[in-house]
Order: sequence, then C-alpha cells, then structure tokens
Amino acid sequence: MSILESKIPAGPLAEKWNNHKSAIKVVSPANKRKLEIIVVGTGLGGASAAASLAELGYNVKAFCYQDSPRRAHSIAAQGGINAAKNYQNDNDSVFRLFYDTIKGGDYRAREANVYRLAEVSPNIIDQCVAQGVPFGREYGGLLDNRSFGGVLVSRTFYARGQTGQQLLIGAYQALNRQISKGNVEMFNRHEMLDVVKIDGKARGIIARDMVSGEIKRFGAHAVVVATGGYGNVFFLSTNAMGSNGSAAWQCYKQGALMSNPCFVQIHPTCIPVHGDQQSKLTLMSESLRNDGRVWVPKKKEDAVKLQKGEIRANDIPDEDRDFYLERRYPSYGNLVPRDVASRAAKERCDEGFGVNGEGKAVFLDFKYSIERLGKDVIEARYGNLFQMYEKITDVDPYKEPMMIYPAIHYSMGGTWVDYNLMTTVPGLYSIGEANFSDHGANRLGASALMQGLADGYFILPYTIGDYLADEIMTPKIDVKAPEFDAAERAVSGRIEKLFNIKGSKPVDYFHKKLGQTMWDNVGMARNAEGLKKAITDIKEIRAEFWKDVRIPGELNNLNPELEKAGRVADFLDIGELMARDALDRNESCGGHFREESATEEGEAKRNDEKFTYVSCWEYKGEGEEPTLHKEDLVFENVKLTQRSYK
Amino acid sequence: MADKILKKLKIKVWRQNNAKSKGKFETYTIENISTGSSFLEMMDILNNQLIEEGIDPIAFDHDCREGICGTCSLYINGRPHGPDTEVTTCQLHMRKFKDGETITIEPWRARAFPVIKDLVVDRTAFEKILQAGGFVSVNTGGVPDANTIPINRDDAEESMDAAACIGCGACVAACKNSSAMLFVSAKVSHLAKLPQGKVEAKSRAKNMVSKMDELGFGGCTNTQACEAECPKSISITNIARLNREYLVARISE
Amino acid sequence: MSKFLTASIGRKFVMSLSGLFLMVFIAVHLGLNLLLIFDNSGELFNQGAHFMATNPLIKVMEPILGLGFVIHIVWSFFLEFVNWKARPVKYAQKNMSGASTWASRNMLVLGALVLVFLIIHMINFFVKMKFTGDPLLTEVTINGTHMHNAYALVSATFINSTVLGILHILGGVLLGIHLSHGFWSSFQTLGLNNKNWLQRWKAIGNIYAVLIAVGYAVIPLYFMLGMYK
Repeated sequence: MSILESKIPAGPLAEKWNNHKSAIKVVSPANKRKLEIIVVGTGLGGASAAASLAELGYNVKAFCYQDSPRRAHSIAAQGGINAAKNYQNDNDSVFRLFYDTIKGGDYRAREANVYRLAEVSPNIIDQCVAQGVPFGREYGGLLDNRSFGGVLVSRTFYARGQTGQQLLIGAYQALNRQISKGNVEMFNRHEMLDVVKIDGKARGIIARDMVSGEIKRFGAHAVVVATGGYGNVFFLSTNAMGSNGSAAWQCYKQGALMSNPCFVQIHPTCIPVHGDQQSKLTLMSESLRNDGRVWVPKKKEDAVKLQKGEIRANDIPDEDRDFYLERRYPSYGNLVPRDVASRAAKERCDEGFGVNGEGKAVFLDFKYSIERLGKDVIEARYGNLFQMYEKITDVDPYKEPMMIYPAIHYSMGGTWVDYNLMTTVPGLYSIGEANFSDHGANRLGASALMQGLADGYFILPYTIGDYLADEIMTPKIDVKAPEFDAAERAVSGRIEKLFNIKGSKPVDYFHKKLGQTMWDNVGMARNAEGLKKAITDIKEIRAEFWKDVRIPGELNNLNPELEKAGRVADFLDIGELMARDALDRNESCGGHFREESATEEGEAKRNDEKFTYVSCWEYKGEGEEPTLHKEDLVFENVKLTQRSYK
Repeated sequence: MADKILKKLKIKVWRQNNAKSKGKFETYTIENISTGSSFLEMMDILNNQLIEEGIDPIAFDHDCREGICGTCSLYINGRPHGPDTEVTTCQLHMRKFKDGETITIEPWRARAFPVIKDLVVDRTAFEKILQAGGFVSVNTGGVPDANTIPINRDDAEESMDAAACIGCGACVAACKNSSAMLFVSAKVSHLAKLPQGKVEAKSRAKNMVSKMDELGFGGCTNTQACEAECPKSISITNIARLNREYLVARISE
Repeated sequence: MSKFLTASIGRKFVMSLSGLFLMVFIAVHLGLNLLLIFDNSGELFNQGAHFMATNPLIKVMEPILGLGFVIHIVWSFFLEFVNWKARPVKYAQKNMSGASTWASRNMLVLGALVLVFLIIHMINFFVKMKFTGDPLLTEVTINGTHMHNAYALVSATFINSTVLGILHILGGVLLGIHLSHGFWSSFQTLGLNNKNWLQRWKAIGNIYAVLIAVGYAVIPLYFMLGMYK
C-alpha cells in the first residue's frame, strides 16, 4: 500500500537510527532562519520539540489552549521515566528496554521505533539533569532508580511522585529561554481548529484566540501536532478536563491516517466514581500495588452490605476476603500489568462483588503491609498519595482500605506516522501521545514521559530537517492564500453553526451520554454486538447534539462552553472510529479485550496470524465510512509469545 | 464519612464580562450537592443549571483537577483555594461547607493579574518572570552524563521542595501586598540549590526580580500568608534565599 | 548598587536595616531606663542620663538615630502605599487570620501607633531635657559632677499623671507587638534565614519583644504603684 510508507531504514535493528541519521538531509543554519515551524501543544513532546527546534535556529510558533505551557497534562504523571542507563548494574540495556516495551505492548508496535526510543532514553536523563530537574538521589549524590510494573530491572528515574511535573518544568524552562530570545513566539489560550494544506502540504493552522474569540491564521513550513490523547472521549478519565482529540482529529480530516484508535489504556488504580456529580477521575500511582493487597468479599451478602453501607471493610474477617489477583495470578499477584488488573476488577464488580455504593470499586488494603513494615515505612513511601486520597474521599487509608476502580488513562492509538514522525500529510508531524508509534496495545508504566521527550528532544529535531531541506526555497507562507480563506471560512462556519443551534441541553449532557456509551461498549471488555450498538448509539447522540446543544455566551469572548462543544463534536466522531477499529480487531491484545477472543479461563488471546498489523483509518468525508489500510508489523528481533502472568 | 447532601447553598460570585467591563457580585442558589463532590464539580453543576436557565455560565480556570497543573484559582470565603490547607480548589471538597451556607467566590485580586472574565484572571505576568531567567541556559544535546556531577541528597531534596511550585498564584492572592516573592523565590531556589543552576544564579535573581517589580506586584513584608495558603507548602525560607542571592548579586556589581 | 535600592527587595532591605538599628537603640534605651527602678535615690539613672547626654559617641549617634527613625517611618508609609497599589480591586471577603499573624499584617498601624506614642514621649521627656527645660529638672551634683535631675522629671511625671503612665505602658506593649514580627522579619529580609533558623529567629524575636514590652511597662508601673517608696 503506497500510502503507508513507513520509511523504516534497512540494516540491523541496533544500527537503523544511526544509519538513518547519517542518510537524512540537514538544513544549513542560514536556511533554518528562513523556515517557520508551528508546534501545537506544549506538553513534554511539544515543549521539548519547540525548544529544541528553536535552539537549532528555526522560527517556532507554539500554541497551547491553557494559560501557560506549564499546565499541559504531562504535568500530572506521577511515577517516573524509564531509561536504559544501567546505573544499577542489573544488566539493563537498550535491547532489554526495547524488548520489555515491545512485549508490554503485546507485540503491536514497530520494532524500529521502539528500539530507537530505548536507544535515546539515556540522553533524556542527561538532558533533564543538565536543565536542573531535581531527580531523586542516593546519599552518595548519584541518581536513584525505582522498579516499575512489568519489568525485571530498576530503570525508572523519578522526582518524588511528581516526575511528570518536573520533566515538564524542565522542558518549559527550555521553552521559556527560547521565548525570551525571541526564537519561539508563544500563543497561550489559543486552540488549533484546523490544519491548512497548500498543494497537499501542511502550511499552517487556523486557531481561535480563546480570550477574544478571534479566528486567526498562522503559516509555517511544517506543522507539529503534540496534543496528547483522546481519553476524554469517555467523559470520565484521568485526563485533564481540557485534554482533547480535536487537533489530531482535524489532521485526520485533512488526510492524516488514524491508527489503532481502539487501543486505550485503562489504569487499575483510580479513585472510584461516586454518585452522578463527578467530572473527573483521580489516579493513584501504580506503585501502590507494591504494598497494597487487592480484594473484594468472598460472600455476596457481605458485598451487598458494603454497598448499602451497613458494614465497613474492617468488619470482614480475613477468611472472608477474596484476594482475587493473588488467587488468579499466583506468580505476579497484585503486580500483574495494568490491563490484566483492570479486567479482573471489572469481572468481580460485574459479578456483584463491588464494595462501594455503586458496586463499582474494589479494596486496596495496606493493613497487611502496615502490620509487616510499620506505619512509618508506608508513610515514607506513599505519604503524599495517602494524604491526597484522604482529602478526596475523607477516608483514612492507614485505617481502612482504599477503594479503587479502573479508569481511562492513556491513548496508545493516534495519528499514523512514519519513522520520521511525519503523518501521511507531507509537512505534518505528530509526536508523543498524539501518535501511535511506540506503545503498541498497552503502554508500560513510566514510558509515556520517555516517549514524549525522546520525540521532542532527540528525534523530531533531526527528522524534520529531512523534509525541510527541500523547503528552503519556499518563501514565508502567505496566510492570505485562498486555502487559508477557505479553512478560516470552514472553521468560522462550524463555530457559528454550533453556536446557532441554541437548543436546550448543555454540552456536558451529550458528553456524559457519549462517555457512558463508550464505557459500556468500547471499554474494558468489548464484543461485536456492543461495538455495533455503540456505533448506532453514537450516531443518535451526534444527531441530537447537532440539533439540541445549547451554547450560551458570546462568540467574541472567553466562552468555555463553546470550546467544549467543539471538542465534544469531535469526540463523537472519534468515539465512532474507536468502535469501528475495535470491531475490526477481533482479537484480544493489551488494553483491547474482545470477549470473542479469550482463553477458557477468560484471559486475553491474541491472534497473531490475522492481526499483526497497525490499523490505519482514512477519512472519506462527512458521513462516509472510513477506509481501513493496514501496515503489517514485521518482527525480526523478538519472538511473539502469549503473555502469561499466572 | 459517608457522603451527605447539602440541600441548599447560596453562591455569591464575581461576575465580570470582560477585562474592561465593571464587575459585580451575583448570588445564585444551588440545591442537593453531595459532600463528596469537589468544589469544581459543584461549579459544573451550577453552570449547567445556569445554562438551562438561559444565564451565561460562570467562567473559571481549571484543567487537571488533581492539584498539579496549577490552573484553578478562586478566592473562596476569603481564602485562596478555599477553607482547607495544602489543596488546590479542584481538590477542595464540599464536605468543608455547611448546608445553607453562603459561599463567596472571587477571582485572584492583583494589579498584575487582571480579570479576563468572571473568575478567570490573566497570569501572564508569571510567564514573563520565568522568561526573564527561570531556566538553565543549556541547549539540547552535548550535555555530560547525568551522573557526572554528584549532588548532595539534601540539596536535591531542598531543590525539589521549591520545584514543587505549581504556579497557581495563590501566594499572590493570599499576600496582603499581592507580592510574587514566594513564586519567584521558588524558582530561584529550585535552580540555585543545584550545581547546574548555580552557574547563572546571580543574573537569574537580578533579572527575575527586576521583571517582577516591573509587572506591578507588591513587596514582601514577611507575613507568611503565602506559605500558609500555598497548596504545595512552599516555604518562605526560599524568600530568604532569594533575598540573599539578590543582595550578593547586586553588591558584586 | 543604585538599582538595588529601587528594587522591591532593596527597599525592604532599608526597612530591615533601619529596624535592626532601632532595635539596638530600643534595647540600650531600655537598659538605661531600667536604672530608674533599681535605685530610688535616682543617682544611678541621673548618672546614666548624664553619660548619654555628654558622651561624644552618643552625640554623634543621636542625629543618626533620628535619621534612622525618619527613614524607617517615611519609608514604611511609602512601601505601604506601593503595596496597596498592587491590589486596585480589594477582596469583598477576607479571612486571613489562619494564614498570618495580626501583627505581621498590621505593622504600619502598629508602627503608626508607636509613632504617636513616641511623639508624646518625646514631648514629655526628650524635649524638656534637651530644649525647653522643666522646673523639675533641677541641677544635682553626683560625685562632684553637675547634672540634670532627670530622675525627678520621670518619676514625677508617672506619679502625677496616670494618663501618661498608661500611655507609656501601652506604648511598650505596642512596641513589643511590632517587634514580635519585626525582629525575625528583618533577618528574613537580609537573607539570614533558613529552615533551621526560621523557628530560632522567631523564638529569639518573641523573647526580645516580651522583654521590651515588659521592661518598658514596668517603669511607669513601678512609680504608679508606689513601689519606689
């Protein structure tokens, strides 16, 4: 399929990136000054890319919808960042990190991309330390490491429980430096609403100034989209309230293919939903499973009493507790990977053993480790998290077990990119969580930060030159071009259309409805019937949305409802594509579990013969069915095996 | 412990259509709010109620809703981030309020933080301060191995204490002088405690303080309100460090 | 260095240094005045007062002290004005009591009250001793040296005027409250503080403030309660 040229370099795995770097073109400093690049999104990927590109001499315009680049949701990552430094002398290596990532992703990622990610990972740590990221250290003054789920070595670098924050601040500082030098022009509170193509190449964007409401045009020789994932399609997720899939979706509509949209990660340890007033789910770090035991009651009558609030967890004696992870997975126990732990919790709750009012929670109990290690040790390890849990739930987790439940967390799927991180639209790049490339069907803990920074600091700044070297004769992009006129008209038209519906229901009504449909049918366990139902339901919600949504306020003013409406309109489309993709992939792999493809014990069963490919969806127009292209995954360096955690 | 229902609350809130218009307080009534809901969830419910009544919903800043992005603000019942300690507004829960209570919500008030709309303020001043020197001047690539320079663990921890700042602006809102000293000192301390940041410590302190003064923040009078209201408990000893760094930098000129 | 004094930190530095200077004076002044209650013949106090009035070093320091007062006072009004301007729209509801001490938020009010007291105090003692004289300030001779009987003026003032006595007690207490914040705050401003010293400075500051308040209050009380008899 000609449309999918992945540009993976030939040669042995370990030499691909080096060979590629030597082969690709480079732009001279004098010419860099003449070239403009737009970077949308300022999380780890976007901020690091914008800063690095500006350092190289390009003129960068960076955009974020928040009031500051520092607020991007990368900031919320807690645990850490992986790197194959082998500082612990535990026989870690680039290959081992590569292998763990490929295996953790259930063999649905590209070997070459993942190997490159592992290869540049040590540079990230060096870079961050030089920027002043205060990583955790040993008493001797050297960097400390943690272990994380799914691996056998200690390679996770951390800054308390705020690693994402510190790494983002590092990238933000680098970005600020370039802003102060005038190399980056920063547009805060601007939301990208479309990509503009001229002669098939990405040449700029249309963005709305969220304060004045003005629709503005920005031209550039290349556009980089680093806008994160689309988890908020589920309404409730661990994503930030503003996190959205709209920028990526406009790329899709302009011809960039969308890959593996059904691959979303469901994180097992989040604070459960309470009542119907909730807007957002809070993640409790995966590290808690090191010392907490997960259980539900053995007897259904105990569960019913818990649900009614008649008894509390501590009223149930040990012999009546079902430590179901330890029971089902004796060798990994409470430390099974995220997808497995999530599904097991759902299974118990679906059987009626849930422990909160809604019947949608399981216990994570620290009683046993407190008995074994003492409260002080537990406090030293998880003090911050325990405090946060108590603030939110008013329950003291030192005395009573935490309640947890899985929640949508990360999007492994995203815009299709080649080895250069370029989409199928020339000059349009996608990096970080926004692209599909590195995590396959399931992402390992502490790898999201690694990918964002690898793309932004060390990959894109090289690969974008290969494209821009041919653009040095292209003059500054004229935003008065007819293509910009048309794009702006389309954007304004859509906004006015939404605004003029003047229906009766707020945007949240539709978003919640979409979220419920997605969670019920495209959530932790999927089947053909449910997925088909989801597609039908979403169509109905979409029709109702475009008929009855009410957007108050003014077009030419700060208008959060208008912003939300645009995003939800896109979520409706993304949700449908996710369902389609999930329907196509009739196998269970990573975060995607098809009930039709399970072992007799109910474990996930991959189907490598039929599904060792990346699904790539091509937009065919409003209301038209998208076309599916397939990029076959070739594994030359690892052997595909079924994951087992028994 | 178990969630209760607050049957009725009065929300007295600052309404201001844009930066130029004159604002005023409006009072709305909201019913049946679970004590388990977060403060911002209450605001969501109120807004949806207002939309259905045909009233423009209240604009307020928020994003991650887990207390780390620093977007949410709100001066609630006379305190930044409301009546709880070590939390941001998004982590504040309704169990901190009583049934029938009138809750007063105002935007951050400071000359340097003009109101954009309702409760949304413009914190670009913070951006400008950081752009004036809140960084280490290293380019991507060409840096030494991360373990080349050992760093005393206590120094790294102290640096991390300061680096925990989320840039929400509660310190400015809490300060009777609208001073940004805690914010500025947190960045200066974060970098000054590390050998990588030490190199530029003098120019950083000078440039950031000059920018801060230029933007119309007040001066520090050591009331400590900033530390008490800081959701991340950033210590005022960072301000002492900033004073010291600044003094040394200026004296050596 | 010129930029230093116009910067917000530099301005505070001036407050801090002048404050520390005044705190030294306050301690010395108290030490001298406590002589009032340790010798009811008044000889000790008169000698002390005479020494202060004639010592060349003290003579040099006197205008500097005056300058210290002026700088501290004028500067504080200026800074308060600058700080007040930093919040053009005030809060409708404030609840600051949990976050900061009353003294720290009201240093200007406290300072202004102390200033009012200071003026009354100076009119009653300093002006009389230095310029206008007073019938009570008869000459006495101690150890062959002629000097004013300052003791007579001070003791008679407190014995005869309950109002002035109470004003002086009040003045001492207000000064103590002012110093309870001012002391540690000046070290903080100079940058001489860290997480270990914060509590130490505060403890020392509180002890100092209490000693000053009690010390200055005891003097009028001593006379008002007839303890000199």
